[in-house]
Amino acid sequence: MTVSNEYLSHWAEIREVIPHTAIEYTFRMAYQGAVQPGQFFQVSIPKYGEAPISVSGIGEGTIDLTIRRVGRVTNEVFERYAGERLFLRGPYGIGFDVELYRGREVVIVAGGTGVSPVRPVIEHFYWHPELGRKVSLIAGFKSREDILFAEDFTRWQEQMDVILTVDNNNGDPDLRQGLVTEYIPALAIADPARAAAIVVGPPAMMRFSIQALLRRGIAEENIWVSYERKMCCGIGKCGHCKIDDVYVCLDGPVFNYTRAKDLAD
Amino acid sequence: MGYRLSTDAMNQVLAELGKQYAIYAPKCYPGGNTFSEVDCIRYGEVHTVEEIETERKSDYSFKELLLPFSETLFFFTENTIQEASVIEKDMVIFLRSCDLHAVRRLDEIYLRNGLPDFYYQRLREKVQFVLIGCPAAFDSCFCVDMGTNRSDNYDAAFELRGGQVYMAARHPQWEALLRQYGEPVEGFAPSYVTETPTRVSIPADLSPAVAKSTVWDEYDKRCIGCGRCNYACPTCTCFTMQDIYYTDNAKAGERRRVAASCMVDGFTDVAGGGSYRKKHGERMRFKVLHKVYDFKQRNGYQMCVGCGRCDDVCPEYISFSAILNKLEEAMQEVRGDGQQ
Repeated sequence: MTVSNEYLSHWAEIREVIPHTAIEYTFRMAYQGAVQPGQFFQVSIPKYGEAPISVSGIGEGTIDLTIRRVGRVTNEVFERYAGERLFLRGPYGIGFDVELYRGREVVIVAGGTGVSPVRPVIEHFYWHPELGRKVSLIAGFKSREDILFAEDFTRWQEQMDVILTVDNNNGDPDLRQGLVTEYIPALAIADPARAAAIVVGPPAMMRFSIQALLRRGIAEENIWVSYERKMCCGIGKCGHCKIDDVYVCLDGPVFNYTRAKDLAD
Repeated sequence: MGYRLSTDAMNQVLAELGKQYAIYAPKCYPGGNTFSEVDCIRYGEVHTVEEIETERKSDYSFKELLLPFSETLFFFTENTIQEASVIEKDMVIFLRSCDLHAVRRLDEIYLRNGLPDFYYQRLREKVQFVLIGCPAAFDSCFCVDMGTNRSDNYDAAFELRGGQVYMAARHPQWEALLRQYGEPVEGFAPSYVTETPTRVSIPADLSPAVAKSTVWDEYDKRCIGCGRCNYACPTCTCFTMQDIYYTDNAKAGERRRVAASCMVDGFTDVAGGGSYRKKHGERMRFKVLHKVYDFKQRNGYQMCVGCGRCDDVCPEYISFSAILNKLEEAMQEVRGDGQQ
């Protein structure tokens, strides 16, 4: 039996670099193949290493990787510009099945870089509003300087209810201030029993957002989350992403809350 | 069919095999342990039966032969990637029943949990296993309670009795060699352990709820997070990727995977500062539940094979088997919380 060598990455060309903040850029990569929203790629640069990065956009012959400059690999990625190349392998993991949300109200709560993995879901409903009933998006960032996809938020307002908020608006009256959880109680949800919710962000933000959604009557089985963990392989071997009996890389990163709620790191 | 051989004849068998195979067995490295003037028993290449250590338990298992502690996956230059080549010779590995059971656990993770692993697979298919008969348990062994004291999926079995070598063959190549060099004996079967000085009992209703027990707290202080238990364990298989480049040519380098430990700082660190299981007690709970709960939930059988090496190697004298025996009480504690 010969098995393929999954650890060998392939060069992919950087088509476009889209800066959002000082430390967060989107790299639009040439890519042919099926990708599900919420899946991730192992992105690497020889000499610097490899890191799991969620797909933040799925285009014709391209995928977007929104990368935050916070580590050894990502620091080096930021030295790469359009026309240059990155190594990719993937896609890996189980993402969001948008079919599950067809014809339903969908509440999306995302914090910081947590917006990246849900962006393809938002885009899906932006371009196909007939497939959803109503989409509400609550997105939070630390400050104006930390906002990702600012132009997208303006565009998304055409098709969905968008609440964009920052932890600290520094007195700017044009910008909402407050945590994402503050906006959940007043959210217009016509049929909470059938509504679906997606929550992605830092652990504390996810915990409190889910509590607020449950209080609104959204059922546990209608909530999905996406987890971020250290990963070295993406294929269930290296063990870094294991929580209880699940491997985030194989069984996630997207989990239904009924599975995720009992997972203890 | 069983065979009896003199040690000289066995050495001829090993020499014959040595043409095609590199033969690995537990070996004594005098003074090679962490502590002064203490031997280290670990795996190394052997050419004679006298080199095979059968009296003492090996401090480290065979696993580094299939999953080297540091393994180069590929070499890279600016524009090319070159897969690392595999060792040329096939391998024969002598090991005890607990370790042969551990092979099944490695196969489970590296061949069946997600996509198969190219590097493991290409080594794995080169290996023949020779079971070392194990007539008596060592102090820290608890293989009987883990159900790993007997094995019959070996290619050959080996045991020293009264200065003579007894072998049994399942693989035709071994059968042919033993027929040539040994004399047939009726009814030889490799010895196996039937009772162990250390006993463990894992509660039938063990669940992740046990994480809430206070049983883990003492390890916050006792455990120093050195990871020796993981490195000695024949079923611990985690690794971390590591890129290096050469100091005399920074344009070329290699990607390696190196053994990782869930007990050591940094195991869960994500870029940007996130980290999980900061307390050593939490890491202990994570490791213990993986060995006697999580793996079974996923694969239907326990991961721990009861070799007791983790107990032998711990510099803080923490006993894994003692922790297993505390789980019943820990579950009672957790259930009690639930009832109030």
